[in-house]
Amino acid sequence: MPVVLENLGKRFGDGAPVLDDVNATIAKGEFVALLGASGCGKSTLLNIMAGLEKPTSGALEVPSDGAAFMFQDASLFPWLTARGNIELALQLADKSSTKAGRRDRANELLELVHLGGAGDKRPHELSGGMRQRVALARSLAQDRQLLLMDEPFAALDAITRDLLHDELERIWKETGRTIVFVTHNVREAVRLGQRVLLLSSRPGRVVAEWDVTEEHRTDAGHAGELTGVITRRLREEIRRHAK
Amino acid sequence: MPSNPITTEERTLPVTESKEHITSPSLKGNASELRDLEAGLDNLQSDLGRKRGIEWKRVLLPVVALVVLILAWQFYVSLGLKRRDQVPGPLDVLNQLVVLWGEGKVQESVWTSLQRGLVGFLISVVVATPVGLLLAQVAPLRRAFGPLISGLQVLPSVAWVPAAIIWFGLTDATVYFVVLMGAIPSIINGLISGVDQIPPQYRSVGTVLGANRLQMALQIILPAALPGYIGGLKQGWAFSWRSLMAAEIIAVGGTIGFGLGSLLDQGRALSDMAIVMSAILLILFVGILIELLVFGPIEKRLLLRRGLLAGSSR
Repeated sequence: MPVVLENLGKRFGDGAPVLDDVNATIAKGEFVALLGASGCGKSTLLNIMAGLEKPTSGALEVPSDGAAFMFQDASLFPWLTARGNIELALQLADKSSTKAGRRDRANELLELVHLGGAGDKRPHELSGGMRQRVALARSLAQDRQLLLMDEPFAALDAITRDLLHDELERIWKETGRTIVFVTHNVREAVRLGQRVLLLSSRPGRVVAEWDVTEEHRTDAGHAGELTGVITRRLREEIRRHAK
Repeated sequence: MPSNPITTEERTLPVTESKEHITSPSLKGNASELRDLEAGLDNLQSDLGRKRGIEWKRVLLPVVALVVLILAWQFYVSLGLKRRDQVPGPLDVLNQLVVLWGEGKVQESVWTSLQRGLVGFLISVVVATPVGLLLAQVAPLRRAFGPLISGLQVLPSVAWVPAAIIWFGLTDATVYFVVLMGAIPSIINGLISGVDQIPPQYRSVGTVLGANRLQMALQIILPAALPGYIGGLKQGWAFSWRSLMAAEIIAVGGTIGFGLGSLLDQGRALSDMAIVMSAILLILFVGILIELLVFGPIEKRLLLRRGLLAGSSR
């Protein structure tokens, strides 16, 4: 089932609209990067898709079982171990699951993010990258087709981020999820997305989109060219607000 | 934002025939190399285990402090500024304690008071926890009853003793009533302030994970608020112990048993300062014991597990 956004609008109180007339269709199994400058309403759009906020106008079609969500900070619960965090997600997603079943599944998910040995550690004992991987495993534990990610790697160092890009791509291919990945980093968007949507600022609206083809993935020249084009367009958007 | 599109162009346009993957610049290698890289980062960036064992300083320092205080006390008494029956020395009090122990009064009074204090405290926890959660979660209820609860916490629970004696007479019910009125508001307020300090993100995570209201309250809100809740419990215990002593001192006789407060009152009636000081020391001792054996370890473990202990002076 695809995700469809139709003339979606959002304003807080009487203020200027944060989102205005957002239109997009995201196919099942697609990896879409949602790109925009800081403060353009990307996170608001994602929150609406996750059902955390209600749109003020327009319509929205998401899978009926909702969406899994990954936040910018890992937001793991500090009173639970890494495995405990995943087990809680499993328990809340499926009330009929057994304790042993949840434990096995949690271990599988930890293996999937290459953290098999860290299940008994608590969040504060893990590095930022490891916490984000646990958070990724937790969002996969929800077992929803749609996975929404809100700048999940923004606070990580470069090497860790590159690693997590590889890992996310691998997991996306293995699990066939539909992923909407919000970022303000053009390279990240081109690196990960099959399609890049550019969101304008104030009000947020989808103003441009690019397909990232296999050619872009394998050929440095093409990739660089696309990154350049998107960066210019993004800067144009930001400059509009200079006056 | 200062920007110069020309430099961007120069930087990102392909200038060479290089095979570098521009969008993923630094990572090359096969899967196992990447895994090793990842494992290496994980090991470098995560915490190493800490040393364990008995910390002698932790045991020794309080003992030394106690000895110094007792020596100072003895020194003051040996100056002979006051009559010995008004200010007894440490040895006098110790002798009195031995006598009271021989009569079985120490055991009886400590047991009676401790039992009442604990039962009263447990009832308070059972009553206050759901009420606190409800008030913290339901805004209209909190607006309606919040000020009243805060007021009750400030009101000294001794103020309830006369009313309790009129209602319940000189029975255990009087003592328990006073204890509950002292402890319950305190625990409720602790829990509410604990809930107030939960990062809003935890609720969002709970919603996204599909928690219903009850699951949210029991599996996310309550554990997240645990540090504040434990603080409230600690204060609740202090309030119930104090209220208990006050009640026992004022309400003597009837079917009320012989507690530490009663012992204190007996010392006053006999004008025997050694008994009074023995009772005070016993009350203090029970308080320290509960803190050391119950709340201290619970709090320490809680903070340690959440990584909140680093740099603290505990």
